[in-house]
Amino acid sequence: MSEQLKVPTMQEAMAEGRQPDYLFWVGSAGAFDDRAKKITKAFVKLLNKANVDFAVLGIEESDSGDAAKRAGNEFLFQMQAMTNIEVMNMYQVKKIITTDPHDFNTLKNEYPGLGGNYEVYHHTQFLKQLISEGRIKVKESEFKGKNVTFHDPCYLGRANDVFEAPRALIETLGVNFKEMKRSQRTSLCCGAGGAQMFKEPEKGDKDINVLRTEDALETNPEVIITACPFCNTMMTDGVKAKEKEDNIQVMDIAELIADAED
Amino acid sequence: MSFIPNILFALALIAGVGFFAKNVKKLMRNIKLGQDVDVSDKKSERWRNMAMIALGQSKMVKRPIAGFLHVIVYVGFIIINIEVLEIIIDGLFGTHRIFSSIGSLYGVLIGSFEILAVLVLVSVIVFWIRRNIIKIKRFWKSEMTAWPKNDANYILYFEMVLMTLFLVMNATDIPFQNMDSGNVISQFIAPWFSSLPETTLHIIERSAWWLHILGILVFLNYLYYSKHLHILLAFPNTYYGSVKPKGQFSNLESVTKEVKMMMDPNVDPFAAPPEGAENAVPAKFGASDVQDLNWVQLLNAYTCTECGRCTSECPANLTGKKLSPRKIMMDTRDRLEEVGKNIDANNGEFKEDGKQLLDDYITREELWACTSCNACVEACPVSIDPLSIIMDMRRYLVMEQSAAPVELNNMMTNIENNGAPWPYNQMDRLNWKNE
Repeated sequence: MSEQLKVPTMQEAMAEGRQPDYLFWVGSAGAFDDRAKKITKAFVKLLNKANVDFAVLGIEESDSGDAAKRAGNEFLFQMQAMTNIEVMNMYQVKKIITTDPHDFNTLKNEYPGLGGNYEVYHHTQFLKQLISEGRIKVKESEFKGKNVTFHDPCYLGRANDVFEAPRALIETLGVNFKEMKRSQRTSLCCGAGGAQMFKEPEKGDKDINVLRTEDALETNPEVIITACPFCNTMMTDGVKAKEKEDNIQVMDIAELIADAED
Repeated sequence: MSFIPNILFALALIAGVGFFAKNVKKLMRNIKLGQDVDVSDKKSERWRNMAMIALGQSKMVKRPIAGFLHVIVYVGFIIINIEVLEIIIDGLFGTHRIFSSIGSLYGVLIGSFEILAVLVLVSVIVFWIRRNIIKIKRFWKSEMTAWPKNDANYILYFEMVLMTLFLVMNATDIPFQNMDSGNVISQFIAPWFSSLPETTLHIIERSAWWLHILGILVFLNYLYYSKHLHILLAFPNTYYGSVKPKGQFSNLESVTKEVKMMMDPNVDPFAAPPEGAENAVPAKFGASDVQDLNWVQLLNAYTCTECGRCTSECPANLTGKKLSPRKIMMDTRDRLEEVGKNIDANNGEFKEDGKQLLDDYITREELWACTSCNACVEACPVSIDPLSIIMDMRRYLVMEQSAAPVELNNMMTNIENNGAPWPYNQMDRLNWKNE
C-alpha cells in the first residue's frame, strides 16, 4: 500500500468544525496486533477509495471492554464502556463501523444500556453497502477462480445473525467458494472468544483452532477467509500447526476486496 | 358393590394428581429461589417463540432423524391424551367408551390414536436403539452415567409399556372390536387373543385399561424426579427464553451504580450513605450458588432433558476439555434440588450446608474453558442458556474472589492501565497509520 492513507481523527474534524458521517472504531486488535493492523489499513484504503466521510478516535479510543466482560470483569467492562461512551457522545457520534465482531457486538448490544446509542455496522455489512451503491467497484482479483472457504466469526454470525453480508462480498470476487460442513448458525468457534485469546486453553486432547482448521481443510481451500482479527490469528496458527502455511492463506474479507478493487 | 371400581378410580386419580400438584408447588418454590429478572418485554415475540420452538418443534427438526421421531412421540403424546379424557370419564362414572356415542367420528379418532400408538412405539424403540446399541456419542459422555442414564431408559420403557397397554386394551375389548370402526391396528392384534374365553379377554381388557391409566398417573409423578419434565416446562421455558441477540450479555446494574459513582466528579466519596442505605445488603457480584442465579436460569435447569445437543456442539467439549454445557444445567438442577430438600428439612429456612454450586458441582476448570461462542445456546431445542450461568459464575470468580487465571489478570491489568489487552501505550494507538 504505497499511497498515503487518509485517517482523520474526530478531534481534527471537530477542530475544523466538521461532523464526520461515521466513526471507524479501530479496536485494540486493529490498532496493535501486527496482523490485524494490515486489515485495518486495507479497510481504510477502501474507505478512502469510496470517499467515505469518517474519522477515528485515535489516542482517545480505549479498549471496548469486551474481553474483560467475557472474562467476568463487569467492573472493568463498564468502566471502559462508560469512558468510551463519554468520548463518543462528546463527538456526537451517530454511526460506527468496526472490523472487529467482538467490538461490533458490544458496541451494538451492550453499550446502549450504559448510555451509548449508535448505529453500528460491521465492515462486511458496510462494504456490501458501498459495493451495492457502486462506490467500490470490484475488478479483476488475483484470487479469481481460487478455492476459498469462509469461517463465520461467532460474534458476527450466531451472536448477531450477520451471515449474508460476508458471503455477498465473497460472491463479488469470482472465487470458487465452498462452505465448511459446520457453517453459519452451527459454525464452530475458532477458539479465541470468551477471553480465550489471552490465556492458555484448559487441558484437552486438541486445540480448538486446530479442529476448526481441519474443518476448513476439508474444503480444500487456497484461502481461508475470515472477518475477525481474532479468528484470523487462530486460523493462521491452525494452518501453521497443520504445516499448510505455504499453500493456504488466511485473509480478511476486507483485504480481498481491497486487493480486487484496483 | 358395582361402584367400588369407580371409587378406587377416583381415589387413584386424586392421589396421582394431588401428589403431582404437591411436587409442582415445590418446583415453583425452588424456581423462585432465583433472583428476579424482568421478562415482561416483547410479549408477542415470546409467544411466537413458544409457538414455534415448543409447540412447533422448530429446533428439534434441525437434526432430522431425532427430530422426526421426536415429533411423532410428541404428537402422539398430545393426541393420545384425548383418550385419557375418555378413560377418566369412564372410570369415574362406570361408563364404557363414553365418546363412542358420537358415531363414526369416534372410529376416526380411535383409529388415528392406534396408528399413532404404533408409530410412537416404533420411534421409542429406535430411540432406545440409538441410545443403547448404536451408542450415539452424546448419550455416553461422562455426565451420562448412573441415574441420568437409567432415567433416560426408564422413560423409554414407560412409553413402550403405555403404548402396548393401549393397543392390548383395544384388541381385547370385544364390543369395540365388534363395532369394527377405529380398530385399524388392534384388529390385527385381536386374533392373538382369540383362543381365550370371553371372561379372560374381559379380564385382560380391564387389566390393560387399569394399568394404562395407573401407568399414566405414575408417569405424571415420575416427571418431577426425571429429566422428562421438559414435556411441561418446554413451554414456559421457550416463552421466558432470551429475546435479545445471542451476543448481548446482561450489564450488571449493581456494577453500573458503582461505576457511575466512581466516574461522577460531583459525588463525595466520603459522604454519609443516604437514608436507609445502611440496611441494604451489599450486592454479591456474579453467582457462586443457585440462589444467585435468576429464576429463568433455574427454570432452564429443570427444563433440560439432557439430550446433549449443546455438548455435542461445544468447541471445548469437542476438543476434550472438561466443560459440558449439559453438565452445567444438570449440576444446577442437582444443587437446586439439594437446596430445596434442605429447606424442606429445616422448616422452610435454608440451613447453611457448607456446599455451593461452584467447586462442589461445577469446577473452575469447566468455567474457564468456555469460549462464549453460543453454540450450546443455538443447539438447545428448548431455549436453555448454559452460557449465562457460566458467565455469572465467572463474574463471581473475578469480582468476588479475584480468581481469574493469571494470564487473564494480566490482560485485565493492561486494559486498566493502558486501555488495551496488551502492554502497549495508549498514545501509540494510531501508530498503525504510518507504519
